[in-house]
Amino acid sequence: MDFWTDPYLFLVNWLHGLLVGWGLPDAIASFILMFAGAFVLAMGAMLFVLGLIWFERKLVGRFQDRFGPNRVGPWGIIQPLADMLKIFTKEHITPAGVDPLPYNLGPVLAVAAVLAIWAVLPFTISLVGADLDVSVLYVVAIGGLGEIAVVLSGWGSNNKYALLAAFRSVAQLLSYEVPLVIALLVPVMLSGSLSLNQIVREQGVWYIVLAPVAAFIFFIASIAEVGRSPFDLTEAESELVAGFNIEYSGLKFGMFYVADFLHAFTISLLFAVLFLGGWRGPYAEQYPLLGLVYFMLKAGAVYFINIWMRASFPRFRIDQMMGISWKLLTPLAIGAVILTAVIDKLLPGGELLPYGDYVRVGVMLGANLVLVVIAGALMALQKRKHMLQEFPIAASKGFTVRDVSVNRGTK
Amino acid sequence: MIPLSWYLLVAAALFCIGLFGVLARKNTIAILMGLELMLNAVNINLLAFWSYLHHAQMNGLVFAAIVFAAAAAETAVGLGLIISAYRRRGSVTANDLDTMKG
Amino acid sequence: MSAAQVLFILVSTVTLFSAVMVVSVRRMMHAALWLIVSLLGVAVLFVLLQAGFFAMVQVLIYIGAISILIIFAVMLTRQVMSEKIPQLNRGWVAGLVAAGGLMIILAFVFRDFPGSLATTMGDPSAGDVVTLGKALADPNGFAIPFELASILLVAALIGTIYIAMERKGGEQ
Repeated sequence: MDFWTDPYLFLVNWLHGLLVGWGLPDAIASFILMFAGAFVLAMGAMLFVLGLIWFERKLVGRFQDRFGPNRVGPWGIIQPLADMLKIFTKEHITPAGVDPLPYNLGPVLAVAAVLAIWAVLPFTISLVGADLDVSVLYVVAIGGLGEIAVVLSGWGSNNKYALLAAFRSVAQLLSYEVPLVIALLVPVMLSGSLSLNQIVREQGVWYIVLAPVAAFIFFIASIAEVGRSPFDLTEAESELVAGFNIEYSGLKFGMFYVADFLHAFTISLLFAVLFLGGWRGPYAEQYPLLGLVYFMLKAGAVYFINIWMRASFPRFRIDQMMGISWKLLTPLAIGAVILTAVIDKLLPGGELLPYGDYVRVGVMLGANLVLVVIAGALMALQKRKHMLQEFPIAASKGFTVRDVSVNRGTK
Repeated sequence: MIPLSWYLLVAAALFCIGLFGVLARKNTIAILMGLELMLNAVNINLLAFWSYLHHAQMNGLVFAAIVFAAAAAETAVGLGLIISAYRRRGSVTANDLDTMKG
Repeated sequence: MSAAQVLFILVSTVTLFSAVMVVSVRRMMHAALWLIVSLLGVAVLFVLLQAGFFAMVQVLIYIGAISILIIFAVMLTRQVMSEKIPQLNRGWVAGLVAAGGLMIILAFVFRDFPGSLATTMGDPSAGDVVTLGKALADPNGFAIPFELASILLVAALIGTIYIAMERKGGEQ
């Protein structure tokens, strides 16, 4: 391959040849290159966050009918840099009585847990950090480490409200991990492998077409895992005074801030890998750089929808949030898994039926829509039952929950 | 490169440390933590034997998976019991939880 | 001393050191945190044993769920024990002797065990996730233990909810 079709591999091979030519043994040269690659990736991700913060602030501003930051540099591009400088130079106020190790380890672990996910994402056909056999499990396991970071910072702050907020946050994270993992099973079943690289390679048809219900559940659950609006109860200003990161200032708070934005983009990348075909697109196999462009565009589109949701919805209460996870998403996810498993085994592959692939897509899509209709009917039934229980007279006259404005909040 | 006996020794050491934790600590939750260490040592042992001696069969892996599941279930139930006992008796010291009455 | 041996010694030292810390520190929260380090060390040992799937499962279950459960339990029962008194009960010397004796016995057993000088691991491709999954679902394989384990988990789930539920209003 020459430089123009695959610049990354060309560069790696050239560097490897250079290092071996200087007399290093082969294994050490590979190790140094891997280390350099990891370093470049981590640095790149952290610098990319600056662009993400700018994009988000401009976009949220536009949704709210105002300009975003536009003073510092053309279109406010240098604004995140100014924020970064401010956060770097702020004083670290450490409250009395903190436990030093958990207090300081919390923000570090929060960022580390997010950056570690970037190691297994397949960026193009030839650019994967670590081609693990079990990368889907790895991603979920790293999410667990992120929960530990929340607990550490909540407990290490020596503050009752931080502890309470950390508990609530961990309860939310644990509750939404269940539908997330179950919904993750669907692309795994459709592609036959736990490896993210393999899942991308198997997506001839994007999995969002084959499994829209699982995609929806994964999207909602991952937004709740990050803790973004409308699931940001634990870090809202009006509740529990900004959550588990109250006692942090300066760069430690900056680490939480960076972790939040980076995590939001990381789940957009994950969604693109699992359901939107990753780097796949026209000519992505011959020109891997084009694959990277497609991947970033898809992740950017999902991130746009993420920001759109943030700017549009009010935040959920804690009981509504738990209700959504346990009563709606988990049964729906289990139903989607069972449906996908049954249909995937009953339908023969592309060679045995005429138009076999189209039949498969059509049947899966149809089955998912049937599942959505059934779920909607069950929810409407439950609302009707609740109506009959609470307001029997109004229900007999045909009013719905929407018309009864008194107790709407408790539903 | 790494002889099997090294893994077995590490697992045995972990098991004995966990055993000491179970036998010598007052707090019931600390006893549970010692129990977790023992179960992890068992898992290391199982997977070491599988990896070195019986790599072709799935017996070792399945055994380790069942140990994971049993450990998780036992920890959850144990902690539920401890919290419930704390609510009734007001103490988590193992010495104080010495009667089945009430 | 190859790189793998150095790595192994490093990881096992970290694991055993944090295990000793777990059983000897006074503050329960610190013990829980050292337990997390110890479990991470065990996960790395699983990776060295070519059981990558189990390393991920270890991090996911033990660190992602069980450790958080232990931390919650520690926090909910925190005010009871003053943390200045020694955490070891009266019979701790006997416990030390028992554990030490067991370790010495095990060391002698491993010296005489015929397979313990094996230094090569099996073929890496033979123990992958697909084979494990097929074995777990195969009726002639391990489907029955698999189903029994899931029954055990359901029983534990229901039991824990029932035990930990408040009596008065059913409020959880």
